[in-house]
Amino acid sequence: MTSGTLEVFGLDVNVHQREIKFKMGVVPQENNLDPDFTVYENLLIFSRYFDIPEDEAKKRVDELLEFVHLEERRDTMTDSLSGGLKRRLVLARALINRPRLLILDEPTVGLDPQSRHLMWDKLKGLKKQGVTIVLTTHYLEEASQLCDRLVIMDNGKILVEGSPTDLIQEHIGSAIVETDKDPKVISCLDVHQVNYEVLGEEIQIYTDKPQEITDHLLSECKLTSVTARAATLEDVFLKLTGRKLRE
Amino acid sequence: MDIGMYFKPPELTSGAFKVWRRNKDVFMKNVKLNFLPPFIEPLLYLFAMGFGLGMFIEEIDGVPYVNFIAPALISVSVMYGAFFECSYGSYVRMYYQKTFDAIIATPLSIEDVIIGELLWGATRSTISATLMLPVIALFGLITFPHSLLIIPFAFLAGLLFACLGMCIAAVTPNIMSINYPILLFITPMFLFSGTFFPLNVLPEIVQYIALAILPLTHVVIIIRALTFGAPGWFLLTNLLWILVVCALGFVVSVNMMKKRLVV
Repeated sequence: MTSGTLEVFGLDVNVHQREIKFKMGVVPQENNLDPDFTVYENLLIFSRYFDIPEDEAKKRVDELLEFVHLEERRDTMTDSLSGGLKRRLVLARALINRPRLLILDEPTVGLDPQSRHLMWDKLKGLKKQGVTIVLTTHYLEEASQLCDRLVIMDNGKILVEGSPTDLIQEHIGSAIVETDKDPKVISCLDVHQVNYEVLGEEIQIYTDKPQEITDHLLSECKLTSVTARAATLEDVFLKLTGRKLRE
Repeated sequence: MDIGMYFKPPELTSGAFKVWRRNKDVFMKNVKLNFLPPFIEPLLYLFAMGFGLGMFIEEIDGVPYVNFIAPALISVSVMYGAFFECSYGSYVRMYYQKTFDAIIATPLSIEDVIIGELLWGATRSTISATLMLPVIALFGLITFPHSLLIIPFAFLAGLLFACLGMCIAAVTPNIMSINYPILLFITPMFLFSGTFFPLNVLPEIVQYIALAILPLTHVVIIIRALTFGAPGWFLLTNLLWILVVCALGFVVSVNMMKKRLVV
């Protein structure tokens, strides 16, 4: 594809860039905070780009610092913030104009679990307030947690589209039973016409009745170790895009 | 490739002044440190070249050597102020700090950012010239009130050097490579623009080249006429040269930088 049209809020992005950007917040993948300024100044100076009057801006900066729990760090230069704190400040910065649309590129990449969950929490809160959130992520758990609707893309093409639960149900089933790869097990599964896949040293069986299959395998195929677990979006992703390493 | 794209007049909006203000705020954070060089630099040059080297030099064009170089020192500092701000400074903000990327995600456009940077570069030159005037005046080397005109003129001349710096920031493959245009263009200007010896001692052809392609030559002529308190209509030619090249450089540098930033 080489051309097309893109509209945001019903406005053509080629014509109404400024109007659109007034109502939009962006969290880029790279933390491009201004290293020449403190946490507080970063937000205040950003507010000018949106023509927010200074009194109002100061109020919003205080609110946002509280929202992302950075009140204590307001006078710290951004270079000395940790990765998680930087990420929270970038989120706060993206919210300074109270956007109706928030775009995030890999919002939690490289974050510790606590910071990641805090970020998810904040995003869920914003979603409740009615902010439209568009995000890209390689963390399938993140997509499951946050997205009402998602598309899985590979090599620039959309492979599937839907809600996380629908996609899992449609492509995997509700559960996965895993067991070690073994020729005897494979022939036994073939005999019983079970829907399975061999992945490396492992056999995965996609099913909606994990209990039944497990019992069956244990008694009929003489399996020693079997694990049953809920299917995840990651299983869908791997099934659709393959296990080959990407460039 | 379409050469016409480099001559598309940029749109000037209030966004440029917000970028200017961001840079001014950074400058003001270290204001004491930033104000020092324009005081110290002329003192060093005046002592070394004016009073040291000057002992061996008789008058040039009827004035003592130290009076001859005083306006050149202001001119050179006007050149350096804007050029370094918009070459190294802008490159660091663009490439390392990603400041431009952050700003263009807001309602501001790329043009706003680049024009704001250029205006700030010109402001740096104006600040340098303004701070140097009292230091040099202390030695009784310049004439008032004519010399006060140097302040607004420094903004125009500074804008020209800002545009030159921005063109270089737009094409340099990395920060080290900015050294080459400095070596091949800025340093020759520092030496051969009628700064530390009069242009007319050079071979005629070199004089013409200096007048044709070295902006600093015209800046030195104007500032020297002002510090000597002897402005004349002949300066209009130099002013016109600067205005034309500045306008051209402004349009071209904005478009070159846009080309670099928009993939």
